[in-house]
Amino acid sequence: MICLGIEGTAHTIGVGIVEKINEKCRILANISEMYKPVQGGIHPREAANHHAKYIPKVLKEGIEEAGIDKREIDLIGFSIGPGLGPCLRTAATAARTLSLILKKPIVGVNHCIAHLEIGRALTDCFDPVLLYVSGGNTQVIAYMDGRYRVFGETLDIGIGNCLDKFGREAGINFPCGPQIEKLAKKGEKYISLPYSVKGMDVAFSGILTACLQLIKKERIEDICYSLQETCFSMLAEISERAMAHTEKEEILLGGGVACNKRLQEIIEKMAFERNAKFYCPPAEFLVDNGAMIAWNAILMYESGMETKLEETKIKQNYRTDEVEVKWRLLEEEQKRKYIWKDGMEEKS
Amino acid sequence: MIKRRIRKGYRIKEIDEEIRTTRTKREALLMVAARQAGVAVPIIYDIDLDKKEIIMQYIEGERIKDVIDFKEEEWQRKICREIGRNVAKLHSNGLVHGDLTTSNMIYMKGKLYFIDFGLGMKSNENEARGVDLHLLMEAFKAAHRNKNLFEWVFEEYEKNFVEAKEIRKKINDIIRRGRYMRRIT
Repeated sequence: MICLGIEGTAHTIGVGIVEKINEKCRILANISEMYKPVQGGIHPREAANHHAKYIPKVLKEGIEEAGIDKREIDLIGFSIGPGLGPCLRTAATAARTLSLILKKPIVGVNHCIAHLEIGRALTDCFDPVLLYVSGGNTQVIAYMDGRYRVFGETLDIGIGNCLDKFGREAGINFPCGPQIEKLAKKGEKYISLPYSVKGMDVAFSGILTACLQLIKKERIEDICYSLQETCFSMLAEISERAMAHTEKEEILLGGGVACNKRLQEIIEKMAFERNAKFYCPPAEFLVDNGAMIAWNAILMYESGMETKLEETKIKQNYRTDEVEVKWRLLEEEQKRKYIWKDGMEEKS
Repeated sequence: MIKRRIRKGYRIKEIDEEIRTTRTKREALLMVAARQAGVAVPIIYDIDLDKKEIIMQYIEGERIKDVIDFKEEEWQRKICREIGRNVAKLHSNGLVHGDLTTSNMIYMKGKLYFIDFGLGMKSNENEARGVDLHLLMEAFKAAHRNKNLFEWVFEEYEKNFVEAKEIRKKINDIIRRGRYMRRIT
């Protein structure tokens, strides 16, 4: 089955074409265009305008790169939420149009879960705890009783948002994460910052305020270093708690901030110290991308979760734990069947 | 028993040292204060800040997390009332536990003990109290089947703490503040 997925929850408009073949995920194309604000943060309307402008281009490039005819597409997937309303609507309109023109079924995908599923598809992990860290989202997610549940999350702003806001005030261009990472490498001194873990949740706004007050008083490299170390240690701590709580032994990274090498290193070390396994898909699939939407759409469609056209209204506040994860049940059922079949073969 | 906060290699020494020291200190201070407030906690025998150790009484009982689901409703209600009464004692004495989950409550010989005060603080702010109880609510939802547990806790909390109404409002604020909507159980 071949699916074309459209991602458009925030600053990225992406098209991914994915094939499910022998139960494996094959990426045929993954193209995106990112909106970069001239000043300040993301302006939802500007971002949506950007998406509307670039969607024909990414669609065309996607289909070209996949080397398929558009009639070969079996399914259309799109990010139904959560995200910025205008962006979601733009992507949804494109998806509906395609579905009608090509006369193919359509599936609305939860963006956060798509991050988790693409990680599961492209790495060897089976039942991980996902640390999902992006601009707007910071969540620790794991599968339990038929749903992906949020065990910990940010109580105020997303980690990426925290880095971006700091960077903006410090004169660093959007997206600030990579620049901050570079500067942090030259950090020599740790400046004590608030460390805000509440149970399995975290909060970043206090740290952000503290860092903003340090600008011009301390070396920017030292602030970046301290900011990263503090925030990432907090993330490692809540991930560790969630792993202990759910008794899972795999940790998976997702989201744009997961591209940060220092975060990867910290989480990997945490996993190593508790004899758990660490997984991280390639950067292209950590950031927002169409391929993850396409892949998740296939999983959903195959477990009977097609979205009716009249039900494709976007869900800005779509929560991770609202989705019934029927495909995991299907997976487990199939696995049991295989085990049973293998057992039979051995006997004969 | 010895409770030792071990070094976490994933964080830099400065942060690791600070967290382990402050949490050890804070835990000991809060345990003493909780005892003064009339909440049952293990007896502290000694503290070693260099080794980040607290040497304390071992409470040989049942963790509420492990047993509550298997008890009859009457027992559950009794324990929840007990929890509510104790949290009210903590809060009215300016103490916030910081990690109110059923893993941190032990039942021994008809008495409910509270442990793990390392994430707690001294505070008279309703915000902190609200966060404290909100965490307990989440813990109940995530780990236990009976949906009434939190309400039972709160009923008793209300009887024993004059500011409970304000705190109920805070809890609702915190739920709404959560990203997107409230968590589904």
